[in-house]
Amino acid sequence: MNLLEELRSLARLYGQQFRTTFATMLQYRASLLIWMIAQVLEPLVYLIVWSTVSNGSGGSVGGYTAQGFAAYYLAFMLVNQVTYTWIMWEYEYRIRQGALSFALLKPVHPIHADISENLSSKLITLPILLVVAFILALIFHPAAALTVWALLAFIPALVLAFLLRFLLEWTLAQAAFWTTRVSATNQVYFLLMLFLAGQIAPLTLFPRWIQIVADILPFRWMLGFPVELVLGRLTQAQALEGLAAQAVWLAVSLVLVRLAWRAGVRVYSAVGA
Amino acid sequence: MSEPAVQLKDLCKTYRVAERESGMGAALGSLFHRRMQAVQAVDGLTFDLAPGEIVGFLGPNGAGKTTTLKMLSGLLHPSGGAGRVLGFIPWKRERAFLRQITLVMGQRNQLVWDIPAADSFELNRVIYRLPRADYRRTLDELTDLLALGPLLKKPVRNLSLGERMKCEVAAALLHRPRVVFLDEPTIGLDVTMQRRIRAFIAEYNRRSGATVLLTSHYMADVEALCKRVIVIHHGRLLFDGDLSALIQQFTAHKTIVVQLEDCQADLRRYGEVLECEDGRVTLRVPKAETARVTERLLADLPVIDLLVQDPPIEEVIDRVFTQETA
Repeated sequence: MNLLEELRSLARLYGQQFRTTFATMLQYRASLLIWMIAQVLEPLVYLIVWSTVSNGSGGSVGGYTAQGFAAYYLAFMLVNQVTYTWIMWEYEYRIRQGALSFALLKPVHPIHADISENLSSKLITLPILLVVAFILALIFHPAAALTVWALLAFIPALVLAFLLRFLLEWTLAQAAFWTTRVSATNQVYFLLMLFLAGQIAPLTLFPRWIQIVADILPFRWMLGFPVELVLGRLTQAQALEGLAAQAVWLAVSLVLVRLAWRAGVRVYSAVGA
Repeated sequence: MSEPAVQLKDLCKTYRVAERESGMGAALGSLFHRRMQAVQAVDGLTFDLAPGEIVGFLGPNGAGKTTTLKMLSGLLHPSGGAGRVLGFIPWKRERAFLRQITLVMGQRNQLVWDIPAADSFELNRVIYRLPRADYRRTLDELTDLLALGPLLKKPVRNLSLGERMKCEVAAALLHRPRVVFLDEPTIGLDVTMQRRIRAFIAEYNRRSGATVLLTSHYMADVEALCKRVIVIHHGRLLFDGDLSALIQQFTAHKTIVVQLEDCQADLRRYGEVLECEDGRVTLRVPKAETARVTERLLADLPVIDLLVQDPPIEEVIDRVFTQETA
């Protein structure tokens, strides 16, 4: 089968999956709302804490004023919204319930359904989150040095961050093939995200050595980097380096996701479900 | 003579089941080393299915039926032996293979719970890359045969078990598979719905010429659909042949249930008394003597009601297993 026909089929699949997910999600407006509140609350708490700290220590901490923190966490909220996945929570359930068996019976890789499901649910939630972010902006007066080139570079950075985070979390989700206690591995991952992705605080507030670790590991490139970029806190050279790091990690995660999936299916088909 | 649609040769499946204690420490420990126990689920199965055949695949719970079906549909990798379905090695899960088979699991659902079945069908249409016209035709046909009309637009969670099963079966057949594996498709359904599903399977087989391998605990399913049955136990083949031969060979008895006015009568001289409660007596008699014993019971005793039955499928299979012939 030629590539063009293959892509056309995939596009049709994504389109249909969009419709399906849309219909499903709209049936769960209440839980969607609760999920979104959590998405807003976490960065909001950091925002308030850091603004207070900043005001208390002479108006600035690590180069961030209260308005700077407001900008950081509002941008963070949006980038996190675009890039987050819930696959690591879902996979174990999927294996146990046998939903994976049906996925394996289908002549298409199951990751496609997951990507399109993820994107379509975000199409529903993103507009609401933008409104929330706008209201929060009126309250907290964010300040950032926006530039045209940074905004333009932000677009590929965000796309790469999404792909990278999706593939890595999908890879980690495969842990469910080996252990029925994925929550332990998940916790380790979320802890690393908390500190090394710029979640609990912007990475520049951390000691130098942690920043170096964060540069080497993938977490920053999935979340913190696009945030810093869009706020104009990076030089053009840093932006290019970041995009390159994202590209490298994306290539690595493409390999990882394949290896993990194949090994996982081998375990599944040995043990059954 | 065409090539068999399904071929198994000494197919084996040994599960290695991890033994693990509870607790966080044990969970972490088990990441590195596990104590494994081998469970032989399928132990050297050999049989062929000809194209277009409907075969009943029987055996008690845990006999290895589902494991076999999962291997044949590519979900499980065997630990030994060979298997081919339509010329493909199933567990390679090639797309060309997956497009031509289906597996219906009566206890599991592929339909999306919250949306109408029609939407899940559409999803299958794009997944299997079905041309719209073909899809439309198949769907119309399935809708007609299974009376799906009013069900398709309702969210699946609002359907009854039987209605849902009909939709499940339809979803599994939209791509017109040439080989159909059915794992207890009628489980938990009422008699009417069972009959409906059964009639549908027969009709689908007749129209499409698909090969069907069916497991069921309901004798009626098997009797209605399958000329040939394959019986396994402990993963081994016990019987492969005509259903009538199976019944003939392994059920030497019938049961007679009599409801009497007088509870006190002793019926031991008519046959083996299996149960006796409130004047309701269940007797086991040699098949050849059924007519004679029935006649005598009616003549001798104040009978209100009398019922002659074949032993249930579990009993037949049990008989096959224990090789208790008479």
